[in-house]
Amino acid sequence: MGNLNALVAVSLIYVAFLFGVAFAAERAAMRGKGNWLRLPIVYTLSLSIYCTAWTFYGAVGNAARSGLEYITIYLGPSLVLIGWWWGLRKLVRIGRSQRITSIADMISSRYGKSNLLAVGVTILAVIGTTPYIALQLQSVTTSLSAFSNAPSDSQQLSATAFWVAGGLAIFTIIFGTRNLDANERHYGVVMAIAVEAVVKLFALLAVGVFVVWGIADGPADILQRIEASEKTTWEINGGRWAGLIFLSAAAFVCLPRMFQVLVVENDSEDHLRTASWAFPAYLMIMSLFVIPIAVVGLDIMPEGSNPDLFVLTLPLASGQEGLAMLSFLGGFSSATSMVIVAAIALSTMVSNHVVMPIWLSSSGGGATVSGDVRNVVIISRRLSIAAVLGLGYLYYRLSGGGSALASIGLISFTGVAQFLPVLIGGVFWRGATRNGALAGLTVGFVLWAYCLLLPSFGPDVLLSQSVIDHGLFGWSWLQPQALFGIEGLDPLMHAVLWSTSLNAVIFVVVSLADFPTPMERLQGAQFVNIFEHSSRTPSWTGGVAKSEDLMIMAQRILGAHEAQSLFEHEAYRQGVSGLLPEPNAEFLQVLERELSGSVGAATAHAMIAQIVGNASVSVQDLMAVANETAQMMEYSSQLEAKSNELARTARQLRQANEKLTLVSAQKDDFLSQVSHELRTPMTSIRAFSEILRDNSRLSNAEKRKYSGIIQDEAIRLTRLLDDLLDLSVLENGQVALSHQVAQLGTVLDQATTAALSGAEGALNVVRTGQDNVSLRTDVGRLSQVFINLIRNAQKYCDAENPELRIEVSLKEDRLRVDFIDNGTGIPSVSQEAIFDKFSRVNPQRAGGAGLGLAICREVMNQLGGEISYLPGQGGAAFRVTLFAPLSLAAQ
Amino acid sequence: MGKRVLLIEDEPNIIEAISFILSRDGWDVATHSNGHDAIDAVHARAPDVVILDVMLPGKSGYDILSELRADTHTQNLPVLILTARGQSKDREMAERVGASRFMTKPFANADVLNAVKELVAP
Repeated sequence: MGNLNALVAVSLIYVAFLFGVAFAAERAAMRGKGNWLRLPIVYTLSLSIYCTAWTFYGAVGNAARSGLEYITIYLGPSLVLIGWWWGLRKLVRIGRSQRITSIADMISSRYGKSNLLAVGVTILAVIGTTPYIALQLQSVTTSLSAFSNAPSDSQQLSATAFWVAGGLAIFTIIFGTRNLDANERHYGVVMAIAVEAVVKLFALLAVGVFVVWGIADGPADILQRIEASEKTTWEINGGRWAGLIFLSAAAFVCLPRMFQVLVVENDSEDHLRTASWAFPAYLMIMSLFVIPIAVVGLDIMPEGSNPDLFVLTLPLASGQEGLAMLSFLGGFSSATSMVIVAAIALSTMVSNHVVMPIWLSSSGGGATVSGDVRNVVIISRRLSIAAVLGLGYLYYRLSGGGSALASIGLISFTGVAQFLPVLIGGVFWRGATRNGALAGLTVGFVLWAYCLLLPSFGPDVLLSQSVIDHGLFGWSWLQPQALFGIEGLDPLMHAVLWSTSLNAVIFVVVSLADFPTPMERLQGAQFVNIFEHSSRTPSWTGGVAKSEDLMIMAQRILGAHEAQSLFEHEAYRQGVSGLLPEPNAEFLQVLERELSGSVGAATAHAMIAQIVGNASVSVQDLMAVANETAQMMEYSSQLEAKSNELARTARQLRQANEKLTLVSAQKDDFLSQVSHELRTPMTSIRAFSEILRDNSRLSNAEKRKYSGIIQDEAIRLTRLLDDLLDLSVLENGQVALSHQVAQLGTVLDQATTAALSGAEGALNVVRTGQDNVSLRTDVGRLSQVFINLIRNAQKYCDAENPELRIEVSLKEDRLRVDFIDNGTGIPSVSQEAIFDKFSRVNPQRAGGAGLGLAICREVMNQLGGEISYLPGQGGAAFRVTLFAPLSLAAQ
Repeated sequence: MGKRVLLIEDEPNIIEAISFILSRDGWDVATHSNGHDAIDAVHARAPDVVILDVMLPGKSGYDILSELRADTHTQNLPVLILTARGQSKDREMAERVGASRFMTKPFANADVLNAVKELVAP
């Protein structure tokens, strides 16, 4: 009857056309010319993926079997759009501002970015959607076989299903993973499904018009046939209707594919306004001819023919092959658009929440380059799409494509309806917590699987008959279709009631008992108060930004001068007069880049977002800001440490400099003193040598006297130089000491003899104390000190009978030798200074240059002892002390 | 009788040398060897010219000169500063306090003689 080849050819042409539409849309979007892609009507039509093959074919079948009940499937979404579009607007706003990519992402983001939750939702969505995809494959294959009117060869049907699944996979991969834009919008796909929406509506209307006016004799005849049909007693079961309306409303929001077109692909919140009346109208038109087709089909089709295929078989039976072909294309459109969007939605979830976390953690985290990750994401998306469709095909094969699939639509709806409590609770109730969501979802899904999914395969397939009849473990209150002993309910309603209500109750109770983490609180506030945080404009292009506000902010960050010149330059570039440029996207980008140089990218973005006011600051933004701040603090603490170090170095340098200045002044002073001390004897030498030269008539006595002076002064000069060199060597620590063991008494004897030999005047030296101490030291140097002290006494002691007392005493580990004369001593003001170089108490009486005591002090330092003035002894008194390490006390 | 020179100097050998040089030339040389009462010595001797050392016990030559210049009687008295401290800052200091001449040790005998002669020349 039907021309299968022609049908296949038309289908292929249709598919090619869809490719063309998608391709053109992508290109237009890429070139930024796709304003027509963003029309509200396109958005509305894309929502029509709600009407799958199950609705296209099944609504008539449903009507044929259960009367008006099919209406409920259309009523739910209509009620949501008309009565709850403000709720949808909230979802859309959150989806945009939080850059939500799927329903799993939405739920996990709300509950503190819980990946566990995301994985759970993803798995449940896959479980809930796979049978649905199988259903679409089945509808295509059965409609094909109905068309060809060939006996259903299951082998052949499987092959068809395989090719359909493969073709859909390719289409989805090409247009679903074309770009990896952060906002996850697919203009090509959306446009293609919008076109398909028109095709399926047109096909159904065409069949309906043909049935009403071609087969029947217009509306009046149809009404008569309805009256006459066996279904006149079509009653409305209130409970079941309410349940089904609720179910379809929930599914409209929670189905992954619906969430995809409703929220993720949404371009503007305003589109919801159009959709809120246009989509219910679309559904109404879709449902307009369902009853007439069902009634006429039941009337004229042979007994036992499948009412699900009336839409196709009625035109075929009337020989309207072209119409049948159109009808087939309508069903085909319904099936393919659903599968494509479902595959995109599921693959995004699988890839983002399952594959990528595993890949990232196994490849050592985020150390990879971004291009790398991009490739991995694309590959994982494509594999996920193939896997989702593969699963659908596998399910189709395993389920045998039989009647088990018939009820899968509502089963699937019930499954995804389990997302509703956590979704709605998350958006409207700040108290909702992750643990509550996990518990509620788990309970809901377990009940759904136990009460509805597992029994749907029939007795003894996945759930044994005994469990169905007597409950798990034989506990009757665990009967899957009569939980807690509540019997007599429709199994579907029973499952819906228990799963969603217990889900919601557990979710609320656990949330109340639980305490949310900070991340959950933040996200909860972001979601619930989304309208306080954000305005409606979707991108920087909104122009809501006030240039002046931006200017104020930029001045604070960049400094007044720089900010003004930037704004002026941008205004000039835009051709705007004045200093304030238009806050267009380009300018905002420039500004953001400029600001990010000062405060970091995340902060800059958040600041501009606040002023432009079209995006709330998300937790990710806040985290990024915190991160940057931490880095800056780290950097500034490093700077502080550096600066402290520099300050320390500067202080050390200053101290060193002060010391050097002091040393330099001392050196100048010293040189000046040395110069003076050298000039004095040289003056005498020169003066007398000139006298001797110029005065030939000098007496011999005069000659002798004057040459004697020259000699004395020359000796004095030599001694001065010797002392200077000695002192220099001692002060530099370059002196080589030669230690030997000697008796203190002996050393003192020799020093006294050496000091007094050839000296004028008589100094009486008196020795007291135990001087028979042997010590190991540089005897020569120690003698030098002793001689110096004895000569000083001899020179400066002004007593009538000068006497020097040398007292030796040993106290503990110290050997002390005191030199005390009987003169007037040294005034207390000079006692400190006498050890300085060139210091003389009374220069008039001094024969030397004032280096003697300075040398003594240096020598004693070298020997490890000390020399000091001993006050209060009457005359001048010096104490030489030798410490234990150098004095080996004997006896 | 020659003109009177007062030599204020603490180094005995230098006193002897300068005394010899000036006496030979016919000057009446008086000497004083400390700073304490140098001013009194000037007033007592009323010399025509003073040869003044700087490093003196009791009071430095600069201080003595300052006091002499402050006194109307000795305001214009020719004073030759003769010092072993030969740095430029010493010369500046001497000029500031009113030295008639500044010479450093060691010196050529003839230079000292000539300087003294010039200072008393009308």
